[in-house]
Amino acid sequence: MSDLTFIPGPQHSRNDDTAEAVPLPHYVSAAPYDPYAVERMTAAQERFYVASQWRMVWWKLKRHRVAVVAGGILLAMYLGVTICEFLAPYGVDSRNTDFIYAPPQPVHIFYHGRLVAPYVLGFDYHLDMKLLERIYTPDPNKREPIRFFCHGDGYKFWDLFPGNLHLACPANGGQLFLLGTDRLGRDLMSRMIYGARVSLTVGLIGVAVSLTLGIVIGGIAGYYGGWTDILIQRAMEVIQSFPHLPLWMALSAILPVSWSPLLVYFGITLILGMIDWTHLARAVRSKLLALREEDFCTAAVLMGARPVRIIGRHLLPSFSSHLIASATLMIPGMILGETALSFLGLGVRPPMTSWGVLLSDAQNINVVALYPWLLAPVTTVILAVLAFNFFGDGLRDAADPYH
Amino acid sequence: MLSYIVHRILIMIPTLVAISIVIFTIINLPPGNYFTTYIAELQGSGEKTDLAKIEFLEKQYGFDRPLWQQYLYWAGGLLHGNLGYSFSYDMPVNKVVGDRLLLTGVVSITTIIFTYLVAFPIGIYSATHQYSISDHLLTLLGFLGLATPSFLLALVLLYFANVYFGISIGGLMDPKYLDQPWSWGKVLSLIEHIWIPVVVIGSAGTAAMIRRLRANLLDELQKQYFVTARAKGLHPFRALMKYPLRMALNPFISDIGSLLPQVISGAAIVSVVLSLPTTGPMLLSSLRSQDMYLAGSFLMFMAFLTVIGVFVSDLALALLDPRIRLQAGRRQ
Repeated sequence: MSDLTFIPGPQHSRNDDTAEAVPLPHYVSAAPYDPYAVERMTAAQERFYVASQWRMVWWKLKRHRVAVVAGGILLAMYLGVTICEFLAPYGVDSRNTDFIYAPPQPVHIFYHGRLVAPYVLGFDYHLDMKLLERIYTPDPNKREPIRFFCHGDGYKFWDLFPGNLHLACPANGGQLFLLGTDRLGRDLMSRMIYGARVSLTVGLIGVAVSLTLGIVIGGIAGYYGGWTDILIQRAMEVIQSFPHLPLWMALSAILPVSWSPLLVYFGITLILGMIDWTHLARAVRSKLLALREEDFCTAAVLMGARPVRIIGRHLLPSFSSHLIASATLMIPGMILGETALSFLGLGVRPPMTSWGVLLSDAQNINVVALYPWLLAPVTTVILAVLAFNFFGDGLRDAADPYH
Repeated sequence: MLSYIVHRILIMIPTLVAISIVIFTIINLPPGNYFTTYIAELQGSGEKTDLAKIEFLEKQYGFDRPLWQQYLYWAGGLLHGNLGYSFSYDMPVNKVVGDRLLLTGVVSITTIIFTYLVAFPIGIYSATHQYSISDHLLTLLGFLGLATPSFLLALVLLYFANVYFGISIGGLMDPKYLDQPWSWGKVLSLIEHIWIPVVVIGSAGTAAMIRRLRANLLDELQKQYFVTARAKGLHPFRALMKYPLRMALNPFISDIGSLLPQVISGAAIVSVVLSLPTTGPMLLSSLRSQDMYLAGSFLMFMAFLTVIGVFVSDLALALLDPRIRLQAGRRQ
């Protein structure tokens, strides 16, 4: 079709010489021609379109205000867990035998209407001989300013490095029981800070266990299908038809008494993780069943990839964000589970401390009536569980590509 | 439908067998048995042991035989309604558990009814008043209900119930009615006491159900049929009740399956705190003393209750929702 194509060459017109001198009457850009100029994106658009899946999740998560706040709280809590020796004013087992069941000391910053450094009031103590009750009254004359970045009870940081630096310590010769003391005169707040180490990590390790189990077992069921699938599904149904707590109780009752507290701790995390994996396995299985029919999976099979590689490299990444979000939502259940087990005396054992162990001091109704501050660890439990719930909700929304 | 029911029942049998094997394995995992612990305890306190009797019991219950024979003996007994022998109470398990299983059932069912009664109106209200202040408040309250460890809620409620209403502490009835035959006063006392455990055990399940009903109902309220119904002038309440609510109801029925294990779990720990005469406290003590037949039958009972609950909820769902077609789904 030569009449449609433009052929550069001598133009057959009458006045050849003049036409060459006069420029065409419209503007032509001098810049080199770029055929894709229309489709070119701005920097922001390009960033959006080539963003990886994780980056998109992160952007969506940032817009979820509650989830961000919850994530911040969790981050602060886990940072606190790593340096709890420094944060706690007392050592985990420091006993103050003169202050048994001492009530919390509120922090004051005004002294006679004047703003001063934070201080607490010292106690006057006497024993009520009629009721045999220890009575502590704050003495307004005993002003005990709190010291900061100070040297106090010695500790071994991470059981490795000796040290004695604390964020806050009581005044010399004074006390600092911001949340009161327990029946051995141990500072409850310090013990709560130490207890976080067990309570908060139990969920993480437990979830790691169930995530592994869920991916491996759900992966096998979903990838192979057939009899393997049926068998695994029946097994999961059996496990799911157990009420969790009684099963946890039964399993932790078999941890030998002779085990060290650390070993018991790992046993408990294993037990917590061993029952919850069924939900994850189900999710993995159903996703794999759908995904293994996709072309990219067939391509991988034809290229000779082995099942482990196909599942791990091609199939799992397609829904790993969703998986992680649902795993996050399992952590609060595990934290509550550990608390319940330790409360019943079946979980973590003293001298190891967790929030559940601390709460087991509050088993009795007398405690609620006489020493209500012993219930304080429940606030951190609620805070951690709420934060995980909100964060997990936000993460799940962010990870959902159709949202 | 009939073939589906038969199919489901046939599946339940191997499930229960598998459950019983798991339970038997768990209660036999700790080294030694009740008697070794018992003898060690007695010798520790310097008391004399009646070794002849213990040897007789050991032989009687086949502790010297291989495990699989012990299992067959136990499982066979279960089929005949013989739950075995409780060593720490020195009498048959059937006699020990007695009322406890019944009361566990009563507490569980009351809790589920409570959950429904509370979750239903609140869920509808939250969905129809989305993002109002009361909706936010209720959502927050629901989250708190999910996050609070039930045993502590139980303790605090118990304390306030005692201080403000003068209700006796612990138990499911006033102490004076214990060991009495059932009477009007006893039932009233039971009702007076049962609300604390019911509220406490039900709080987590209620919160979860409110959230799900709210989400489901919100989805339905955006659909066109509801807009049409409103547009043609149907009364809002009637428009809500007639269609969207029905569609959002499914979780209420299918949730029995997941609610029941939750309720039984919650009941186990709450009843320890409140010292309710249900299965929880006895399960705990039997686990501690390795009283294996007692612990085993409690675990078996709880699992059995759950399996039945799931079965019932599946059946109810199939009956109530015409969209669910079971046969087609089962045999692909």
